[in-house]
Amino acid sequence: MPKSSLIRVRNLRFRYPDGTQALDGVAFDLLPGECVAVLGPNGSGKTTFLMHLNGLLSGEGEISICGIPVQKNTLPEIRQKIGFVFQNSDDQLFMPTVLDDVAFGPLNLGMAPEQASDRARRALEQVGMQHAQGKAPYHLSAGQKKRVAIAGVLAMEPAILVLDEPTTFLDPPGRRALLELLKTLPQAKLLVTHDVGFAMDLADRAVFFDQGNITATGTVEHVAEKCGWR
Amino acid sequence: MHIPDGFLSTPVWAALDVLAAPAVGLAVRKTRREFDEGRIPLLGVLGAFVFAAQMINFPVGVGTSGHLVGGALLAYVLGWPAASVVMTAILAIQALVFQDGGILALGANVTNMAIVGVLVGYLPFQLWGGGGATARKIAIFAGGFASVLVSALLALVQLALSGVPMPAPIAGISVGLFVVSALLEGAITLAVVQAIETINPGFVRTAGGSHRRGATIVLATAVFLAAVGVIFASAHPDGLEQLAIKTGISQRATNLFATPFSDYEAGFLQSAWLRKAAAGLAGLALVCGACIGFGRVVARKRSA
Amino acid sequence: MHHAVIERWSQGHSFLHRRDARAKAAALLVLLTAIATAPGLPVAAGSVYFAILIFGFAAARVPVRGALARAAAVLPFSLAFAAIAAASGDPARAAILPGKSYLSALAVLLVVATTPLPKLLRGFEGIGVPRFLLMVGQFVYRYLFVIAGQAASMRLAASCRGGFGKSGSAHKTRFSAAAGALAVLFARSYGAAENIHRSMLSRGFEGHFHLLRNPRFGPADWTFLLSSVAVAVAVRGI
Ligand SMILES: Nc1ncnc2c1ncn2[C@@H]1O[C@H](COP(=O)(O)OP(=O)(O)O)[C@@H](O)[C@H]1O
Ligand SMILES: [Mg+2]
Repeated sequence: MPKSSLIRVRNLRFRYPDGTQALDGVAFDLLPGECVAVLGPNGSGKTTFLMHLNGLLSGEGEISICGIPVQKNTLPEIRQKIGFVFQNSDDQLFMPTVLDDVAFGPLNLGMAPEQASDRARRALEQVGMQHAQGKAPYHLSAGQKKRVAIAGVLAMEPAILVLDEPTTFLDPPGRRALLELLKTLPQAKLLVTHDVGFAMDLADRAVFFDQGNITATGTVEHVAEKCGWR
Repeated sequence: MHIPDGFLSTPVWAALDVLAAPAVGLAVRKTRREFDEGRIPLLGVLGAFVFAAQMINFPVGVGTSGHLVGGALLAYVLGWPAASVVMTAILAIQALVFQDGGILALGANVTNMAIVGVLVGYLPFQLWGGGGATARKIAIFAGGFASVLVSALLALVQLALSGVPMPAPIAGISVGLFVVSALLEGAITLAVVQAIETINPGFVRTAGGSHRRGATIVLATAVFLAAVGVIFASAHPDGLEQLAIKTGISQRATNLFATPFSDYEAGFLQSAWLRKAAAGLAGLALVCGACIGFGRVVARKRSA
Repeated sequence: MHHAVIERWSQGHSFLHRRDARAKAAALLVLLTAIATAPGLPVAAGSVYFAILIFGFAAARVPVRGALARAAAVLPFSLAFAAIAAASGDPARAAILPGKSYLSALAVLLVVATTPLPKLLRGFEGIGVPRFLLMVGQFVYRYLFVIAGQAASMRLAASCRGGFGKSGSAHKTRFSAAAGALAVLFARSYGAAENIHRSMLSRGFEGHFHLLRNPRFGPADWTFLLSSVAVAVAVRGI
């Protein structure tokens, strides 16, 4: 496998404390500039897999991000490199205003408050939400929340974007706007979704998760065809 | 019962604000020792849960229903210090956003529901919750019951101390209603704890532990003080003040407050409300001092 | 829902909305103390306080009638005690209890209707309230919008199935159905809290909240604070 993989995962296994074997020997690579869609049924281990990439969970096996192994002492670096956008924006937008929330990451990176708010404003501009910086997150629509959540990770200037079912709560215009936004972002992307159309418009290839393992890989069309996933 | 502003006399609300502030400070310090700031979301979201729980009605019969108050339940999940912190945050938001309880009276409401209510709710669980299944059930019920009853009685005492008229029949009816809502809180708390544990037994703490004897003494003292308070308040409407005046502390306290300013603002400081406030504070300090002294003696005896 | 309306009011742009939260919090405490300690609260002083508060709502372009109605939340409690006081031969107190409590509630409402709650809470940090407690309050308020929404939809779902509280099935089953609903709400809340924690860690949280600075306390804030204190104390002397 090329040494330059942004994400490199080998033989990853993970069992929840209650005994559920959620991951069962996953191997995966994400190359620079790539966008990979992750398809698969509910409960097949997609979210569990993503949570291993930045050390929120840790199982057996090897994971490295931009060549850095994921382990306790590298977590700060890893978490700056991976921008993780959660499925439910309400879990991610916990600060009282949009600006406070987007500045949360930069402040954790040790930036001074002024610098952090500058970064946050720039990230908000990038997603087209600068007008909302003083607003409370609960006054935003689902689509706007998702954009702000993305701004929150962009403010950390990550190398990789990881998105867990980003279209879940979106209406069709919100979905379209998200698609356009993601196309403009230069980072490599890992995109978990049930929306095959969305994946086809965005992703270079797809992997299919089933019962804690990757059972198919190839173009989105090929994987969807092979796995009866439409 | 959330006391609004305008009901408590100045000595009472001022004294309780002064009392509640360090108590909450202590609860915050103890909470921080156990939870790092990363757990603030857990405390906050469970606070929002307790808030929202009030929207779910429990049928009691004869067309009425009640809802969870939640102090004891929070204590079983988070321990008493964190539960006190969460209840304090809830009371502050209720006072600010819902006009449910006053701002100056926040000290009183926090003392009643976030400090004493939570502690009294936690103690039976701490004492007997580690026993058999039946003992545990009784402890959980008793915690919910005691938490609501003691909070409400304290509020009643504070109103009476403030001179709010409380004719015997009205006081009697109120106490009757408090007992009913306390029974309901016990039943709801028990039912919810059991339902929660079927989802995940890890949500509720394991009870018991090293502080059983200390807890017994605190519980006995609390009950004793509450009883004395009720009798005292019903006998002397302006009791706290009387206590301070009789012991001569009020005069000294007034002088102490007045001296630094007496050259230019003596008239203002001589006004009745300041005297009252000083008297109330002094009276309360006296009661607190007595409690602390009593606790010290007991502790020394125990370690001897 | 109640908090949603006040939340909307607090998003305005009047002179009062623009004042620093610390100035409004301090002015509120002084005004409440003035009202609470006024012996007997003469009708004249009470009316002037009332007029000032009404003027405040109007100036902040907050619906005055709506505000009057919301502050009336304290009246059932106050009027009950007023009735008892009247019946036990203390008509003076019967008038004062509802008067003082209503004025106080109105004053609190004016501040909350012109200050978003998170800002107000942070304002209290200036008066020495521990930041930990204020952050907990901020999270309670933030997730009230989420959890209360879930509770409302559960209640709706329950009422479609006959309700937790309506007649029909036996009391005992409906009681345990309500307990079950609360337990589910609890588990969801707990799960949400874990996800929030994970999302904090994902953005580099290492155990301590770093916050953006409070805005500067400007001359207009000083002017507002000092003049409200002066007015509150002067009116008390009437
Ligand atoms: N906290 C948990 N404890 C125990 N089992 C879990 C937990 N979270 C998820 N699981 C289980 O792990 C499996 C994979 O879940 P998940 O990664 O969320 O799947 P997906 O995101 O593909 O829907 C499922 O069987 C799920 O029930
Ligand atoms: Mg998932």
